[in-house]
Amino acid sequence: MSVVIGFLFMAAVYLMLSKSLIRIIIGTGLLSHGAHLLLLTMGGLGGISPPVVADGVSVSDYADPLPQALILTAIVISFAVTSFFLVLAYRSYQELGTDNMDLLRGTEDHE
Amino acid sequence: MSFVFLIFLPLLAALFIPLLFKKVGKIHTGWFVLVVPVALFIYYLSLLPTTIDGGNLVSEFQWIPSLDIAFVAYIDGLSLLFTLLITGIGALVVLYSIFYLDKHREQLHNFYVYLLMFMTAMLGIVQSDHLITLYLFWELTSISSFLLIGYWYTRDRSRFGALKSMMITVFGGLMMLGGFVLLSIMGDTYSIRELIPQAAELATHDFFIWALVLVLFGAFTKSAQFPFYIWLPDAMEAPTPVSAYLHSATMVKAGLYLVARLTPIFALSGTWMWLVAGVGLFTMFWGSFFALKQKDLKGILAFSTVSQLGLIMSLLGASAAGYHIDNIAETTFKYAGFAAIFHLINHAVFKGSLFMIAGIVDHETGTRDIRKLGGLMGLMPISFTVAMIGAFSMAGLPPFGGFLSKEMFLTAMLSLTEFDLFSMDVWGVLFPIVAWLGSVFTFIYSFYFVFHTFAGKHKPEELPKPAHEAPIGMLISPIFLALLVIVIFFIPNRVGDWLVKPAVMAIQPFLYNSPSEVDVHVSAWHGFNTELFMTLGIFAVGGLMFWTLHKWQKSYDRFPDSVSLNALYDNLMFMSDTGANRFSKLYMTGFIRSYLVYMFSFVVIIVLGTLFLTESFAFDVTNLAPIGFYEIVILLALVGSTLTILFSKSRLTAIIALGAVGYSVALFFVIFRAPDLALTQLVIETISVALFLLAFYHLPQISRKEERMRFRLGNALIALGVGVTMTLVALSAHSQKFLPSISEFYKETVYSEAGGGNIVNVILVDYRGFDTLFEIAVLGIAGIGIITMIKLRMTKKEGQHENK
Repeated sequence: MSVVIGFLFMAAVYLMLSKSLIRIIIGTGLLSHGAHLLLLTMGGLGGISPPVVADGVSVSDYADPLPQALILTAIVISFAVTSFFLVLAYRSYQELGTDNMDLLRGTEDHE
Repeated sequence: MSFVFLIFLPLLAALFIPLLFKKVGKIHTGWFVLVVPVALFIYYLSLLPTTIDGGNLVSEFQWIPSLDIAFVAYIDGLSLLFTLLITGIGALVVLYSIFYLDKHREQLHNFYVYLLMFMTAMLGIVQSDHLITLYLFWELTSISSFLLIGYWYTRDRSRFGALKSMMITVFGGLMMLGGFVLLSIMGDTYSIRELIPQAAELATHDFFIWALVLVLFGAFTKSAQFPFYIWLPDAMEAPTPVSAYLHSATMVKAGLYLVARLTPIFALSGTWMWLVAGVGLFTMFWGSFFALKQKDLKGILAFSTVSQLGLIMSLLGASAAGYHIDNIAETTFKYAGFAAIFHLINHAVFKGSLFMIAGIVDHETGTRDIRKLGGLMGLMPISFTVAMIGAFSMAGLPPFGGFLSKEMFLTAMLSLTEFDLFSMDVWGVLFPIVAWLGSVFTFIYSFYFVFHTFAGKHKPEELPKPAHEAPIGMLISPIFLALLVIVIFFIPNRVGDWLVKPAVMAIQPFLYNSPSEVDVHVSAWHGFNTELFMTLGIFAVGGLMFWTLHKWQKSYDRFPDSVSLNALYDNLMFMSDTGANRFSKLYMTGFIRSYLVYMFSFVVIIVLGTLFLTESFAFDVTNLAPIGFYEIVILLALVGSTLTILFSKSRLTAIIALGAVGYSVALFFVIFRAPDLALTQLVIETISVALFLLAFYHLPQISRKEERMRFRLGNALIALGVGVTMTLVALSAHSQKFLPSISEFYKETVYSEAGGGNIVNVILVDYRGFDTLFEIAVLGIAGIGIITMIKLRMTKKEGQHENK
C-alpha cells in the first residue's frame, strides 16, 4: 500500500513540475488521492467491520473511524480546490492566451 | 526615590511633543522640551554629594524576570559625571536649538521627539548596570542618531550620512552584544558590578580575549576610532545642535564610557592596554592630521572630535597600566585615569561651544566653507571671542581648561615609556612621540579653525547672506560654555574633587578606597619639566607650521580618494547591495516551477534526513493488512491509469485516466471498510471528471514540445525522490504507534454520548462539528471565487478589449 502511495505522490509531483496548466491540475488531483490513501494507511488498515455501530460487533473490530472522518473532509476540500483551479486555468487561458507556465511568470517589473 | 524611572522621563515627555507642536504653534516647542533636561540636571546634581564621598546608588526595575533582565540604574562617580554632561549639555543644546531652528519652517516635533529619545537612550547607557539593557540603550542611541542625522531627509547627503553612521555603529553594537554574552557566560551574571570582582578569574577564561575584542569593536565604532571614524564626518549633515550634542559631547563618548566602565574587568590583559592605548593614540594623530584637509567648518570639528576622542581613549588605555604597578600613588601612572576624565569634561565643554559657533557662522552667513569665510572678527565679535576661547583650550593654551588636561596627557604618555610590561619597554617610546605630533596638528587646526574664519580678508561677495552677529539667545549657550572653559582653568581641583576623582574610582576601583585617595593635584605651573618643554615645542612648531599653512596644505590633495577608508566603505556597501541582489535573482526566477522544485527537494532532504538521523525509520510486517485478489486488481488498475496519465498525449485520455484513479481509490475505500468515504469519493469523482471535461472544451491541447529531455529527467528525479520519501514515511507511520489513538474514545462513546450509529458521520457533525462548518465555509469561498472569476472581465486601460 505504501508503495502505491509513494507512486501516486511521484506521479503527482512529476505532473506538477511540468509546464502545462492542465497537467498541473491533474497532478494536484493525484496528490490529493495519494494524501487520502496515506491518511488511511496511517490509521491502520485493519478492522473487520465498517465503523457503524451494529449488534454483535465488539469495539475493537471496527475500522478506525478517525482517519475516515479526516479523509471525508479532505475529499470535499480537494474537490473545492480542484474546481477552483480548473476555473482559474480556464479563465487565465481565456485572458492571457497561454497555459504555459514559463510565460506566466511574475509581473513586468520583476526583471 | 526609584530614579531608574527618570531614565524614561525624556521618552515620556516625547509623547506630548507632537501634540504641543500642533496645538501651541505660537510658542517654540523647544521651550517645553527645555524643562526636561533642566529638571533632570537639577535632580542629578542633588546626588552629587553621595558620589563625592565615593558612595553609589542603585535603583532597580524588573523588566523580564524570567530571563533575568532588569533595568538597573547604578549611579556612581562615572555614571553621574556622564549623566550631568548629558542633561547639562542637553539643556544648553535645546536652548541653542530654539534659536537655531525656525519654528515655522522646521518639523520641530520630529526633531525634539528624536532628541528626547536620544536623551533617554544615553541616560540608559551610562546608568545601566545590566549588560543587556545597556546594549538595548546602546542601539537606541544608534537609531536616534540615525534619525537625527537624517533629519533633513530630503537631502541626499543627510540620508547617506545617516545610513553610514547606522551601518557602522550597529555593526559595532552587534559585536559588542556578542562580547557581552560571552562575559555573562564567563561570569554567570549580567551585572557589571558583579563581574568586576571576578576579573582575575575571567582573565584566564578561554573566551576572555574574544569578549575583549568584541566589546572593543562596539566601543571603537561608537567613539569613532580608527578605522571606524569615517561615519562621524558624514554625520555632520545633521543640524548643528545635534552635532554639538550627539557627535561631540555625548553619544560618541558612549564608547569611552564603556571602555572606562569595563577597564576593571579587562585591564589585567596586555591586549586591552595595547589596543585601547594604541588605537586611541593613532586615531588622535590621524584625526588631527586630516582635520587640516577639511574645507568645511563642521568637517574640521568632526576630525578634531575624532582626534580628541582618540586622545581620551589612549589615556584610558594608559590608565590600565596602573593595574600592574605597585604603589601607584608614588608614580606618574596615576595621572592617566584622572587626565582621561578631566579631558573628557574639558572636551565636552569646549567642543560644544565650538560646534555652536560653527552653527552660528553657518546660520548667519549661509556657508560653512572655510575658503569663503574670513574677516568676520569685526562683524561677529562675540562669536569670535567664544570661538577663540574654545579653540585655544583645544590647542592647549593657558589660561584655558584644555591646557591643564593636555599637560596631564603628556605626563601620562611619558610615564608609559617607563612601563616595562607587554614589550612596552621597546615600543613605549613611540607613545610620547606620536602624542606630541598629534598635539602639534591639534594646535594648527585649532588656529586654522578660528583665524581662517574670523581673521583675514572679509569676502562678502562669496557669502550667500550678509554676515552679522547672531541673536543673543543663540549666543547664551556658547558663551556659558566658554566661561566654563576659563572657570575650569582656575578651579581645576574643585572640579577634580567633585567630578573627576569619583569617576576615576570607578575606573580603578581596586586601587582606591575613596575618591579622596586619588592623589592628583592639578596645577597650572609645575616647574620646568619635560611636559612643559614639550608644550613649548608644540607652540613653537605649531605656530611656525600654521604660519606657512597655505604653502603645504595643498599637498593633502595628493592623497588619492580611491584608496581611502571611505572608498572602502562605499565599495563594501555597493558590493553587498548588488551581490545580495544578484544572489536573490539567482534563485528567485519568477517561475513557480523553480519554487516548487526547491520546496520538494527540501522536503525530501529534510524528511529523509530526519528519518535517518533519528533512526526513526521502521518497517514492521506484522501489522500489514492481508492482500487479497481484489486488492491486486484494483492496485493494478490504479497504477495503470496513473501511468496512462503520465504518458498520454491527449487531454481526454488523461482526464479519463484521472477518473479511473479516483474510482480505484473509491474501491480501495470499500475494501478497507470505509463505506462513507467510498460513496463520497464516487460522487465527487464523477463531478470532478465532468468539470474537467467542461474545462477541457476550453483549454488547449497538452503541448510537450517545449519540455526537453533534461527538463523532464530533472522533474522525474525530484518526483522519484518525493515518491520514495512518501513511501518511507507511510511505511514508518504505519509500522509504529507511540500513542494510543483517540479514535478508541469515539468508538466507545459514539452511541452513549452522541446517540449515533455511524461513527464517521457522528465525528464529523458532532464531535468535530466546527471543522465541518469551516469545511463548508471553504466550499462556499471556492464557489464564490469561481463565480467571480467567471464574471470577472479584466478590463484593460480605457476598457479596451476582452481577449477572447
